[in-house]
Amino acid sequence: MNTALKSTTIRSSAVQLRRRAGWTVLYVVGVVLAALFLFPIFWSTLTSLKSPAEASAVPPTYLPSVLTFENYVKLNQYGAGIARYIFNSAGVALLTVLGTVVLSTLAGYGFSRFRFPASNLLFLMLLAALMIPFQSILTPLFLLMSAVKLQNSLPGLALVYITFQLPFGVFMMRNTFDVVPREIEEAALLDGCSTWQMLTRVMLVLVRPGIITVAVYAFLNSWNEFLAALILMTQEVNFTLPILLTSVRSGYYGAIDWGALQAGITVTILPCIVLFLFLQRYYMQGLMGGAVKG
Amino acid sequence: MAAVSTPTKAARRRMGTLSQRRMVAGFLFVLPAVLFTVAMFIFPLLMTGWMSLHNWPLLGQATFLGIQNYVQMVQDRQFWASLWFTTQYTLLVTPPIFILAFLLALLVNSALRGIGIFRTIYFIPVVIGLGTSSLLWVWLLNDRVGIFNGILLDLGWIQQPVIWLVDKNLAMTAIVVSIVWKTVGFSMILLLAGMQAVPDELYQAAEVDGASYWQRLWYILLPLLRSTFALALVLSVIGSYLAFDQFYIMTRGGPQNQTITAVYWIFNNSFTYYKLGYGAALSIGLLAILGLLSVLQLRVLRDDTTY
Repeated sequence: MNTALKSTTIRSSAVQLRRRAGWTVLYVVGVVLAALFLFPIFWSTLTSLKSPAEASAVPPTYLPSVLTFENYVKLNQYGAGIARYIFNSAGVALLTVLGTVVLSTLAGYGFSRFRFPASNLLFLMLLAALMIPFQSILTPLFLLMSAVKLQNSLPGLALVYITFQLPFGVFMMRNTFDVVPREIEEAALLDGCSTWQMLTRVMLVLVRPGIITVAVYAFLNSWNEFLAALILMTQEVNFTLPILLTSVRSGYYGAIDWGALQAGITVTILPCIVLFLFLQRYYMQGLMGGAVKG
Repeated sequence: MAAVSTPTKAARRRMGTLSQRRMVAGFLFVLPAVLFTVAMFIFPLLMTGWMSLHNWPLLGQATFLGIQNYVQMVQDRQFWASLWFTTQYTLLVTPPIFILAFLLALLVNSALRGIGIFRTIYFIPVVIGLGTSSLLWVWLLNDRVGIFNGILLDLGWIQQPVIWLVDKNLAMTAIVVSIVWKTVGFSMILLLAGMQAVPDELYQAAEVDGASYWQRLWYILLPLLRSTFALALVLSVIGSYLAFDQFYIMTRGGPQNQTITAVYWIFNNSFTYYKLGYGAALSIGLLAILGLLSVLQLRVLRDDTTY
């Protein structure tokens, strides 16, 4: 009996040892992978803080000898200045967020809480845009925007982005309204709440997580979009950040300044990463609600 | 008493108008989004079809051609070459994304402490723009200032810097690596969600029956992940078929138009040569192919499991 007990103890400690070794291996693999994933971003940001000469050194140096913002100063000398391009990108993104949130919230409420003729058909029509890639309608959109004099305009680009964002936004908001218990509305109705008051005073607070999710996606997709901006924004002063950076890279402004390019890349990707880190929960909810459920 | 249990005429009328008013209210709530979609999506989509039947220059009068653009499309060697190239790219980029995404999902699905940080880090490249990440990789891969060549030279693995982006095969390899880095986190999260939806009891039952980790993976997890795989695969394959940014920025379609994707060819026809009608016909062609692909994938991976 004693020996039996002993052997179990030995076996269980062996299992524990094996398990601990397994964990260590997993951690090491996880950390190495994390370093690989972060390396390109880290390297770009680090290089943007080197001196311009060092940023363009052949072969590249590893750690910077000095830390300086000179590359950012040089970046500011392209076109109309970096502030203008940040303004363009941020302005379009904010207009996109505003338009998408307002339209999606109204439509989500309508589809979730009201029955009216052809409501299912209209909902399907809005969702159809999820299945048809926007690349296939860019040519007529370009003509349409030119015809109404909204080509080369920031609100015009925002209108196009709102169109791309609406299917996801409406779907997300309808699902969000769907899970709000109806008892809350019944109570508010008894208090004499009108339909509009119900939405603005009662429901908006309850569906806030959905609104934040829709807003995060609208912001990131607008800020990052490339092809539509490339086609619609042909005047340098109206470029968004990705289009400006592509011009820097393609030698539009003379020899490629690698340091300034890294400064530009850092300016472009930093807001996305910060936003994601702070609102990660909402972003992931969008993936689960928008993709897995659908 | 009777007035309470059977509504009076007036009350009934009021109820009728109430439900009618709710009907109108609901319609008004969805109206802005519907109008927006009709003007900016349905109308352009119909217009794509209409334009595809015309010779449609940027300036000047469009002339009706019938199906001539489609005849030209069938005979357009660059169109078929670009479709074939897009297919090659999709076939090359999809397996590494899914193998890595599955392994990453297994890793971040483990009960290790602090594993959430790893999940966040692997996902970060997904939230930066594809255009911006392509520019970043152009620099990383550069033969003079790029760090990859710098490291390979210092390790002595190469004697001369590799000029990654001017040779078709090297460029394809480099772009596949950059896209895996950029997008694997997305598929990882989808697969992770699928894994977490599998009930724990199934694992525990198998464990009690003496199934090893790998057996549980192979016989329980993988079959149950079928529908998740199907969804992730459709999204990933469609994304690859619409590739544009990375080729426009990293190779500019070169060398000798060898890395022109389908969307790139549409872009060139519409916005470089300003053959808008022909570009529209190509768009319709691509739409048809994408629709076919989705149906095919969903059919192959159709899932009848319930648990």
